[in-house]
Amino acid sequence: MKVLYFAWLRQRIGVPAEEFDLPGGVKTVDDLVGFLTAKGPGYAKGFAEPQVIRAAVNFEYVPFDHKLSNTDEVAFFPPVTGG
Amino acid sequence: MIKVQQKNFDIGAELAALTRGNHRIGGVASFVGLVRDLAAGDDTAAALQAMTLEHYPAMTEKKLAEIEAEARARWPLEASLIIHRYGRLEPGEQIVLVACASAHRQAAFDACNFLMDWLKTEAPFWKLEETDASEDWVDSRASDDAAAARWQVKPDRAAE
Repeated sequence: MKVLYFAWLRQRIGVPAEEFDLPGGVKTVDDLVGFLTAKGPGYAKGFAEPQVIRAAVNFEYVPFDHKLSNTDEVAFFPPVTGG
Repeated sequence: MIKVQQKNFDIGAELAALTRGNHRIGGVASFVGLVRDLAAGDDTAAALQAMTLEHYPAMTEKKLAEIEAEARARWPLEASLIIHRYGRLEPGEQIVLVACASAHRQAAFDACNFLMDWLKTEAPFWKLEETDASEDWVDSRASDDAAAARWQVKPDRAAE
């Protein structure tokens, strides 16, 4: 799967994107957030307030209970501020 | 039509191209968003040097196309256009252009308003403000969510 980060989340984590196989035990977006939070201090800082993070799977906004598959493109980012 | 681009745009040329050859069009409503310096006129605040717009290209194109399709489903539009820039922009520069053409003004005004409200809450763009003192990501505004909510049905849901 491919995972992308944007704005201050990207800055805190330190990379814009990464690819890895769906980790064992990770079934939902919420599970993935838990997995990533444990990956290192930058991730922990980025996901410290998960309620402010938005998630998109295959370019659609999804709730955190959305089920993931290994071919998904998942993106995490703060609320959008365009226009 | 959707254009997501780094370069500036010429409003007159874009509006002329939008309506060219279609004589059913009776009016065009447009909105232009500019980079605003919140510190302008405030001697105590650090002046804005620039704003950098980051986006998620594949999702931006998809969401803008959905929002435009929703506007065209709701109002009898003859033509519509969304241009959104990304990259580093300085105060006073143009960020966004939304334009809607219709036989009568009300549809054009309302659709234009709707497009801007939904664009601000749905399109994956983020603004980084750069002053002499710091770099700060712009926070989302509850007033933008409220403005989008008055159109009630989310484009996502309406498409289902």
